[in-house]
Amino acid sequence: MAEPRLKDVLFQPLFNNNPIALQILGICSALAITTTVENTVVMCLAVIFVLTFSNFFISLIRSQIPTNIRIIVQMTVITSLVIVVDQFLQAYAYESSRQLSVFVGLIITNCIILGRAEAFAMSNSPVASAVDGFGNALGYSIVLLFVGVARELFGSGTLAGITILQPVAEGGWYEPNGMMLLPPSAFILIGGFIWMLRVWKPSQVEETPFRIAPNSRTAEAY
Amino acid sequence: MKDRESVANTIRVSFLVCLVCAVVVSTAAVSLRDLQQQNRLEFRQVNILRVAGVYEPGMDLGAAFGRIERRFVAFDTGEYVDMPADFDPLRASRDPELGRPLESDPAGIRRTARVGEVFLLRNDDDQVMRIILPVHGAGLWSTMFGFLALEPDANTIAGIGFYSHGETPGLGGEIENPRWQRLWEGRRLLDDDGNVAIRVVRGAVPEGASNEEHLVDGLTGATITSEGVNQLVRFWVGDQAFGPYLDRVREEYRGEQRAGI
Repeated sequence: MAEPRLKDVLFQPLFNNNPIALQILGICSALAITTTVENTVVMCLAVIFVLTFSNFFISLIRSQIPTNIRIIVQMTVITSLVIVVDQFLQAYAYESSRQLSVFVGLIITNCIILGRAEAFAMSNSPVASAVDGFGNALGYSIVLLFVGVARELFGSGTLAGITILQPVAEGGWYEPNGMMLLPPSAFILIGGFIWMLRVWKPSQVEETPFRIAPNSRTAEAY
Repeated sequence: MKDRESVANTIRVSFLVCLVCAVVVSTAAVSLRDLQQQNRLEFRQVNILRVAGVYEPGMDLGAAFGRIERRFVAFDTGEYVDMPADFDPLRASRDPELGRPLESDPAGIRRTARVGEVFLLRNDDDQVMRIILPVHGAGLWSTMFGFLALEPDANTIAGIGFYSHGETPGLGGEIENPRWQRLWEGRRLLDDDGNVAIRVVRGAVPEGASNEEHLVDGLTGATITSEGVNQLVRFWVGDQAFGPYLDRVREEYRGEQRAGI
């Protein structure tokens, strides 16, 4: 297999092959922790760290890993990295780690990470794998930041804790949209993101798997 | 390449991967433990200050917490007792000597220590302004840990706060909601006969109920969590826990009030 170009490996996942928008992976955490920009940024940094290094280390030992236990080995590496991140957050960003709570641990089950390990790191060189991990984590981060900014701005009227739209409750004019603070709003925002992306890059639009037939006539029933 | 799939290699790879990962994880855990403990301690102090109503973001924690006195109370007599500074009631509750099983266990915690801690916030004249009791009890999924702050009369609730729980976010997790916590302020623990009357009701407190001053709205969609909070508050101010101590404080408070007149 020809070695992929590093530039493509890095930039393709941003918009052309975005893990959330095109592959629809890693939605769970995108719903859970995007209510404030601060949490979103911490989560993005954690995923960037884990994905870059898990891809790197798995690629490093890929020629040694027996096929029948490869998923377990990958999970062990990923889990260890996530625990290290969790421990660091608890030590240096306690407030964020409390708010992210279980979702730091759930990075382990983020499909993007195991997906990249299995799809890319197992068959490419360590450097290319690290770049691929970094690029995919950036693609994930772009979507998360978009959702996080929109949810905090319209849900609380603030950005990173700074008031932008003065809410009515504090004597302003903006009526915060409570739905933005609930998980379903992230579905709508991610849907909107995917829509905009596919308008911009029509090649991502999937072929219609089947055509909806016009309503069958009911006249015979009478 | 050929022996990559062999049993020996499988064992070798899994052993080495586990070894390296274990070393990395335990190094991180051990080297960061002190900082994490410091954070947890500060977080607890912030919560005590918050429930006492004196917390402001960015304040000097050490100085603010210096105004709070930590005392130990024997549950059976209600008297202050001396304990070592590192006494932890939660750990002590599991100790056969220091802990005791509960006769009736409405809060779902099985055991408590024989001695509990209280925090007293004093004003500049050295008068007690708030009595803060650590409380915990079972909710729907988790044990909920929090603090209950009382006015100096040991009967009026000044605030409640939970700092650790695993209830459903958005439903039971609303026990963290400041708007709900504010409903507790000014509620009274005891009725005129001295019985514990504070209660979390299901749904909203009926308009104009005669015992309104003892009732708090339940949380919508979180019946079991609300009931858990109800039981744990009633338990911790009741006879098996801080009841005798609070009786004694009330007695003293009434004495002071009379002396004041």
